[in-house]
Amino acid sequence: MGKEKRELTGAEIFWECLIREGVEVIFGYPGGYTLPIYDALTKYQDKVRHVLTRHEQGATHMADGFARASGKVGVAMATSGPGATNMITGLATAMMDSSPIVCITGQVPTNVIGTDAFQETDITGATLPVTKHSYLVSDIRDLAHSIREAFYIARTGRPGPVLIDIPKDVQNAKTEFVYPTSPIVLPGYHPPRRATGEQVSRALEMINEAKRPVILAGHGVLISGTANQIRELAEKGNIPVATTLLGIGSIPDQHPLNLGMMGMHGKAQANHAVQNADLLIACGMRFDDRVIGKVSTYSPKSKKIHIDIDAVELNKNIKVDLAINADLAVVLRQIIPGVRVRKHAHWTRKIKEWIKDADRRDILNKKTDVLIGAQVINKIWEGTEGKAVVVSDVGQNQMIEAQYYGHDEPHTHITSGGLGTMGFGLPAAIGTSFAVKDREIWVVVGDGGIQMTISELATAVQENANIKIAIINNGYLGMVRQWQQLFYNARYVETPIYSPDFVKVAEAYRMPGYRVDKIEDIIPTMRKAQAHQGPVLIEFVVEKHDTVYPMVPAGEPLHEMVRRPHVPSDAKEN
Amino acid sequence: MQHTIIALVEDKPGVLNRIVSLFRRRNYNIKSLAVGPCETPGVSRLTIVTDENDSIRQNLVCNNLLKLINVIEVEDVTNVPTVIRENVLIKVQVNAQNREELKNIAKERNARIVDEGERSMILEVTESVGKIQATIDVLRPYGILEIVRSGKIAITRGDDRPEIKNGVAGRGTESSRATEQVNNYLY
Ligand SMILES: Cc1ncc(C[n+]2csc(CCOP(=O)(O)OP(=O)(O)O)c2C)c(N)n1
Ligand SMILES: [Mg+2]
Repeated sequence: MGKEKRELTGAEIFWECLIREGVEVIFGYPGGYTLPIYDALTKYQDKVRHVLTRHEQGATHMADGFARASGKVGVAMATSGPGATNMITGLATAMMDSSPIVCITGQVPTNVIGTDAFQETDITGATLPVTKHSYLVSDIRDLAHSIREAFYIARTGRPGPVLIDIPKDVQNAKTEFVYPTSPIVLPGYHPPRRATGEQVSRALEMINEAKRPVILAGHGVLISGTANQIRELAEKGNIPVATTLLGIGSIPDQHPLNLGMMGMHGKAQANHAVQNADLLIACGMRFDDRVIGKVSTYSPKSKKIHIDIDAVELNKNIKVDLAINADLAVVLRQIIPGVRVRKHAHWTRKIKEWIKDADRRDILNKKTDVLIGAQVINKIWEGTEGKAVVVSDVGQNQMIEAQYYGHDEPHTHITSGGLGTMGFGLPAAIGTSFAVKDREIWVVVGDGGIQMTISELATAVQENANIKIAIINNGYLGMVRQWQQLFYNARYVETPIYSPDFVKVAEAYRMPGYRVDKIEDIIPTMRKAQAHQGPVLIEFVVEKHDTVYPMVPAGEPLHEMVRRPHVPSDAKEN
Repeated sequence: MQHTIIALVEDKPGVLNRIVSLFRRRNYNIKSLAVGPCETPGVSRLTIVTDENDSIRQNLVCNNLLKLINVIEVEDVTNVPTVIRENVLIKVQVNAQNREELKNIAKERNARIVDEGERSMILEVTESVGKIQATIDVLRPYGILEIVRSGKIAITRGDDRPEIKNGVAGRGTESSRATEQVNNYLY
């Protein structure tokens, strides 16, 4: 390929570069210091779609949702100052969950940087801890290669958010546009690839000798596209798989070796298996405190293998016996051929007992007058045949979604895990709708969380995003109420939350809205929503005082779960 | 326990800020930090002294540093044969009676007199940290007016250049490749 040479403005170069990165959609909100970029968009509108959001936080979550659903880099844009600072929550969310997004901010002209000019914020400074990397482009000649590097850094290695801050004079400056075609060279950036031969043979020794092994599958499994390999490893060695919240979808829900989610609100069998295992094979996960409970009592009898692309995660929270800093996809290819076919009959039997006990306690078996959140999720699963992409928000709604929507495939469960960002769900689902065209997209969100980013309903209608929004209305900031119930003597301080009439809100935004308070109405209402091409809101009025079980209180041993009392002997929990 | 880390970083705006910010945000303490150009143009060399007792956390310091995009190589040289020096300028009070005495002390202690005033003189000492401290202690009774220290700088003994021993296996080769690349990249 020859070099392209043309005299272009910084704003034009910006769009040229985005198009070369394959960007088809960008979520943004204009302002004084991005005006040149917006003006130049008129020349590129046939190639890139700009989605006007209602808030810059929404734009970042949309880019994030798009990225998680598609595996591509999501892009968001904001003006300087308040526009840029509104992005911080979205950047932090993407950083914690290793989501590849590129955020562009306008900046005051270079000659006034540092003078507290109107709408000036040191955004590269402010976002230092919540970005994988960032650029302040102070010379138009650096623009093209900075954008190129930003996309490369965002999507490779352990993915993450990258910010590009572009002063207005750089957007207006002109230069000969030479799109760099040489390989990107970053002398300090070399994501690791392979495990050493020694590591492979040690791992195999440990795996083949284990009697009670468990695979821990994290977000890294989805990011590295290794769900099939994890399944192969599990089936070959008869090794059960427990997933993190973000690892859901690593193995089909109904797979006999699937233990389900582990951790604070994990399945009992998953936590018991971890605690009793003699080998943990941790794949692309980071032993978050929500996953391990009390460090000193965590899986005390096991040897541990930890495979992660980020060296910082190894031996950070949990000391392991074999740390492999490499690309999971490559390591699994190196390891699987040497794994011996095993039965683990005793171990499998033990796990079946735990599962049986958990099933007996299941809330779904309980007859109730009012709707229970778990029933709603179970019906949504039934009504979508388990095939939808479900984007959840944060709180009880998120945990019951994770527990009761059986996800069978990677990238069908999207949620803010590491940061737990309320308000993520709706905008992330709008972003998802630009990536996913062949599946239903459902949002599961609380009455609190929806009100954090409710303004994006306008974006959903404007774009006719085909999303179905299920508000689980329990009248409370439910998860906080649950902690008050369990640890603060049921003093519900500032957790009852007033909400508008959500059906009327839907109508006001000119989208269909329904309210459901009976279990038999769930499926028929879903059918109406599914028949409508575009956003639909359904409010599910559920039990106010329901509790998410099991629960490992923060910092407690993983096996000391607070369990749901046996059904049907428990009449009322509160 | 104090650890000495050598880091090679790209000489670009904001890189030092990224490094210092990392230490603050991960709650690591910096005892001293010295920065300057090295043998490769476009690359700065840092010597960082930390006081991190926990060896796991110390390892994380290095891996966290290496994770920064602009950081090319990191080596913890605490347990490696290393020449460590610090440069110190000491302004000490002097009078007609003790001027000769101080000059002798300077000579004995390998300190250069870089400025002589009527009532003070400036001594320059470049030594290992222990010897510097001893010199300061000897000078203290005369009345020290000012001390400025460069922070420690370190270089490993022997024929090798820094190689990453701290990162997880596989990094070593990656890192030598990084050095090659930086050489190609910068010229
Ligand atoms: C932005 C933000 N603020 C506060 C919190 C703390 N928080 C976690 S869960 C929760 C309650 C969520 O209430 P709701 O959206 O109604 O969901 P529910 O738990 O009732 O299902 C709160 C306030 C948070 N995670 N994120
Ligand atoms: Mg609620």
